[in-house]
Amino acid sequence: MTAPALTTFRRTPLRHLAGVDRLAVAGGVLLGVVVLAALLAPWIAPYPDDGGSATHPLESLLPPSGAHWFGTDQVGRDVLSRVLFGARTSLLIAVAVLAISGVVGVGLGVVAGYAGGWARDVIMRVTDVFLAFPALLLSLALAVVLQPSVTTVIVAIAVTWWPWYARLTASVAASVATRGFVDSARCLGVPAPLIVLRHVLPNSLTPVLVQLSLDGGGVILTAAALSYLGLGAHEPTSEWGLMVQQGQSLFTTDWWVVTFPGLAILVTAFSFNVLGEGLRARLSR
Amino acid sequence: MTLLAAEGVTLAYGTTAVVHDVSLAVDEGGVGLIGESGSGKTTLARALLGLMRPRSGVVRYGAGDLAGLGRAGRAEFRRAVQPVFQDGSEALDPRMTAGASIAEALTTHHRMSRTERADRIAALLADVGLDPGLAARRPHEMSGGQRQRVAIARALAVEPRLLVLDEPTSALDVTVQARILDLLERLAAEHGLGYLLITHNLGVVGRLCRTSSVMFAGRVVESGPTGELLTRPAHPYTRALRDAVPRLGGEPPRAAGRTEAAAAETGCPFRLRCPLAVDRCREETPQAREVEGRRVACHRAEEVLQTPAASAPRVPHGGETPDAPRQ
Repeated sequence: MTAPALTTFRRTPLRHLAGVDRLAVAGGVLLGVVVLAALLAPWIAPYPDDGGSATHPLESLLPPSGAHWFGTDQVGRDVLSRVLFGARTSLLIAVAVLAISGVVGVGLGVVAGYAGGWARDVIMRVTDVFLAFPALLLSLALAVVLQPSVTTVIVAIAVTWWPWYARLTASVAASVATRGFVDSARCLGVPAPLIVLRHVLPNSLTPVLVQLSLDGGGVILTAAALSYLGLGAHEPTSEWGLMVQQGQSLFTTDWWVVTFPGLAILVTAFSFNVLGEGLRARLSR
Repeated sequence: MTLLAAEGVTLAYGTTAVVHDVSLAVDEGGVGLIGESGSGKTTLARALLGLMRPRSGVVRYGAGDLAGLGRAGRAEFRRAVQPVFQDGSEALDPRMTAGASIAEALTTHHRMSRTERADRIAALLADVGLDPGLAARRPHEMSGGQRQRVAIARALAVEPRLLVLDEPTSALDVTVQARILDLLERLAAEHGLGYLLITHNLGVVGRLCRTSSVMFAGRVVESGPTGELLTRPAHPYTRALRDAVPRLGGEPPRAAGRTEAAAAETGCPFRLRCPLAVDRCREETPQAREVEGRRVACHRAEEVLQTPAASAPRVPHGGETPDAPRQ
């Protein structure tokens, strides 16, 4: 019964490797393009001032053309320029959220996983409390309480994001803690904090790094959702979620105002996911 | 002199006791601990290494209780007692080079200059028969035998007085096993090391250990001079183990009793596998007692000693037999 199924799923190592790498590389390249766009926005944007508060009332809602590839918005700003500047906001949020929640989550998780006992119980129960709330709802509640801003978005998302890393890291660290090299470090008399830093942490990071890259897309989507709801970035900051919100009522008449920032969200989230999937497949071989 | 001893130690994972009231002393000569997979020998080793606290009983280091040692006493214990685990690839951090692993051992208790450290690493690698150039390799870039040698070098780095060798060769090829055993024998003699050698293989203890204990289902069933145990076992389990040692040109080895049978909950734990089991074995747990120069926990030890051996006794020299398949 099982034998044919096994052979069906077996792949030659070479083809497997090539397929995996192609995926990771594609995601990496796509994300690289977004990162470059973000970094170079002030130089490559055709109308750099339009990323901010400039207005050109006479040029409002022009369709895509040679002068404005993505058209212009209600106040006459170049949509292409704003999409490029928006990449800065989105990536800043993504990096900040992943860094904060990664450091907090991995830090707590590795301690919980290695220490076990009451330390793990306390940390994991706190983690469970945070996980009990639907993530977007908790972010929304926080964003409502705080002033709408990019910082608010970062804090609101990071608060709901770290428990996932804590839980993942705790389970990986708990299994690493039973490995022979941890025992042999203990037998040498290496102090526990050093064992965690030298042995447990580095050997627990791989799955977390994969999860971080997979989650980049989710963070960008959540940030866009918060801004879309008016709880995050606000005018004149270029932010994709905000741009979608402002352009949606114009979709039937001036489709470009909402479509291009929407596509930017899609492409960036997609590239994070593809990269993460590629890394996961590669590292779990 | 006894360096390290378990006295009436019971060990448990959660509520499941896996070692029951075991006493074992490790002195300057080699001591063997023999038993099949699941007999509790590795768990006992973890307690002797201070990695696990006994549920009851005492692990004694020198004159004191291991659990009651202060910071300084603990550090001294860590320097004095080092493990060599079954698998060098497990015992070494996969992200560290051999040199870094040994350096960690060197610098945990002493400050050391960079050049002094490099010299010591090279000397230790040479001592275990490795090219000092291997210091730059990571575990996955070395063979199993090389990894085990690095693990031994790392253990020696703190200049211990005693090694706990937990199946140090069973993860290795047969030809490599013999060389690692040669190495351990030489190092123990050169450095004046005591050691506890844990194995499921009687041939290995026959060669390296003056005294031995045999464990079954978490209890020591027989202990005494290794030669005596091998030539004239007094416990049916010891005899079954000895008869299971494969030899060239001999009969195929017999399993140590009916291996599928579990340990008994009441009475003698071995009775379900024992060819000599009688009613008394079901009713009364045999206590360890002195019989002809060894301690044995069997009601019928005298009869076991009387019965002729199933095959000619033999103390094998050389390699360990390959691992028994694990369940």
